[in-house]
Amino acid sequence: MGRAHRVPGRRGRRLRAALCAAVIASPLVAACGSESGGITVNVYYSTEENFDQVVAKCNDAAAGRYKIALNVLPRGADDQREQMVRRLAAGDSDMDVLGLDVTWVAEFAEAGWIAEWTGQDKADVENGTLAGPLATARWKDKLYAAPKNTNVQLLWYRGDLVPTPPQSWSEMLDAAKQLKSQGKPGNILMTGAQYEGLVVQFANLTAGAGGKILSDDSTKAVVDDGAVKALHALHDLATSPAASASLSNAKEDNIRQEFETGKSAAFEINWPFVYASMAKSNPDLAKVFKWAPLPAIDGSKTGTAILGGFDLAISTYSRHKPEAFEAATCLRSAENQKFSAINSGVPPTIESVYHDPEMAEPYPMRDTILAELKNPATRPVTPAYQNVSTLISTILSPPSDIDPVKTADRLRSELQDALDSKGVLP
Amino acid sequence: MSESTVESPARGKRVLSEGKKAERRLGLWLCAPAAIVMIAVTGYPVIYSIWLSLQRYDLRFPGQREFVGLTNYITVLSNSYWWTAFGVTALITVISVAVELVLGMALALVMHRTLVARGLIRTVALIPYGIVTVVAAYSWRYAWDDNTGYLAQLFAPGEAPLTHRASALSIIILAEVWKTVPFMALLLMAGLALVPEDLLKAASMDGASGWQRFTKVILPVMKPAILVALLFRTLDAFRIFDNIFVLTSGAQETGSVSMQTYNNLIRGLNLGVGSTMSVLIFIAVAIIAFVFVKVFGAAAPGNDGGKR
Repeated sequence: MGRAHRVPGRRGRRLRAALCAAVIASPLVAACGSESGGITVNVYYSTEENFDQVVAKCNDAAAGRYKIALNVLPRGADDQREQMVRRLAAGDSDMDVLGLDVTWVAEFAEAGWIAEWTGQDKADVENGTLAGPLATARWKDKLYAAPKNTNVQLLWYRGDLVPTPPQSWSEMLDAAKQLKSQGKPGNILMTGAQYEGLVVQFANLTAGAGGKILSDDSTKAVVDDGAVKALHALHDLATSPAASASLSNAKEDNIRQEFETGKSAAFEINWPFVYASMAKSNPDLAKVFKWAPLPAIDGSKTGTAILGGFDLAISTYSRHKPEAFEAATCLRSAENQKFSAINSGVPPTIESVYHDPEMAEPYPMRDTILAELKNPATRPVTPAYQNVSTLISTILSPPSDIDPVKTADRLRSELQDALDSKGVLP
Repeated sequence: MSESTVESPARGKRVLSEGKKAERRLGLWLCAPAAIVMIAVTGYPVIYSIWLSLQRYDLRFPGQREFVGLTNYITVLSNSYWWTAFGVTALITVISVAVELVLGMALALVMHRTLVARGLIRTVALIPYGIVTVVAAYSWRYAWDDNTGYLAQLFAPGEAPLTHRASALSIIILAEVWKTVPFMALLLMAGLALVPEDLLKAASMDGASGWQRFTKVILPVMKPAILVALLFRTLDAFRIFDNIFVLTSGAQETGSVSMQTYNNLIRGLNLGVGSTMSVLIFIAVAIIAFVFVKVFGAAAPGNDGGKR
């Protein structure tokens, strides 16, 4: 496509006209719009229900000055990143607004693929946005993205089996064991497959023990005592009778489904999307489906969790930067974040949205989320995050084979290599 | 084509006539464009990746690009992940090719001997080979999934076979074997067609049993075809990627060298280390081909008739 734009002369134009005619029905085809004189802002974003309606609203707001075209990226996070990275590395100018997982901002910024937010655009983003999510959009004290939605894990549990939610990791394990010994559903479900989800668990637990994986400036692999405690905790769960048989292959959706059957599990550590899903798939169980702050190793740090979510960034190679900044600002406006929270279940990044009365019914757990958001743990921030994450998930998988001290030593040396961009990815 | 004339000693020394020379020159001219395009599309990427493999070049740190000589090779060859992947690849290659040879031979004999519905049987046998690998791999994955899979529920109820290393590797090999046995059978059937019927009849007149006829007559005559089939499949199996990518994506140390190259090159954006790995795979494949051709005396297809 990139090259087609530069084809001069009649033949190129005629060919393009034919192409446009052929695909005119598809709203996703972006290149055609720019031919007709107007400006098209191409948004690349992962699958989010009803996001097309947000795009439509922003198109109305643009009043014909430009048109936003939504291009849906593949479902898997790795596939999304791969597509964007490959095109950006080649200097593709057809991508304008990029939906980045919060862990990619440093990498894209360091490589020079995304443009810095400055002036009024920057002020608009910083106004009213929660500090935790905003930190995910910064790299080296500059703002490179606008937080669109955030995310944080909660402890979900069966209110009929567990009267008071556990505060600490060991309390949770004890409660689960007790339920199991009584022959009741007592499993603890966690994302234990060899992927980013396992890294999130490890990072949550490490922060909940007051530990660190990387140094604050992300140049040294620390893996301190807190991280060793987190490895202990993961190993304890994986080898306890309360672990699910498929722990080492479980991702977010697997554990959601397993919990919804209501047969085996009493606890689930997962993102808030499970709430709306439970109401649809198992209305009876939904009545006793409760949530609490994440239990931590250190009982006084209950609710310590790292942030997920998406940030919107503008490609350096975009040819419509002013329009792209404007479009991104609209897509994440307070009003649209409220719409997305209510209709698609994604937690907003702007604090005022949480206090909106309309949020009460679809988002009963908003106060718990907000409390965790206000005191977030830091996830390692580094341009080499992909390598760090791949190594952690490889070394910790399967969790039942973790030998805390030895595993920590291995993490320390291999993560250091990854930070120095030496070494080999598994 | 010039070599074939040189090779046979009788004709090589004879002076070619003017007409022949002109004809040969025209032939070369006609070949040249195709040869140049071939060199451009195959030679250039090979040389470029060798060049990349000698550099420290990470797309995320473009400013740190520099020439580092053989450092990347030392990094990769001294790394345990690489050798694990290499071991896994070798294991998958040896087991799957061995199983395929046995099953492929059986299938070839069946297809060769069938009297009724020969066309139908051959077509049916080829279906697995006709299915796109990724599509087939997905159906294997769903079949072995612990929640939805009928095979998992049949053979390992309550377990998740794709999450354990041994069972996952077995499933990968199974998928690979299922997919390529027909290809093996097809190559072997071509070899079977070379066995003269008279020879078999003569052997049975001399009192050779069915097994003796198979080992003493059919196999020796088929040897070139078997070696070619083995060569093709070994080279192919060594580069295994799609089945693993879909079935386990390399989890629990089931990744092959190609998987690892992909992870470093495309996911890790490390062009230096990634290219080093592709060069190493290239060398490994070249060694396999060399061993087959020089040690076992496999003949490249086409040379077959000339040598005998």
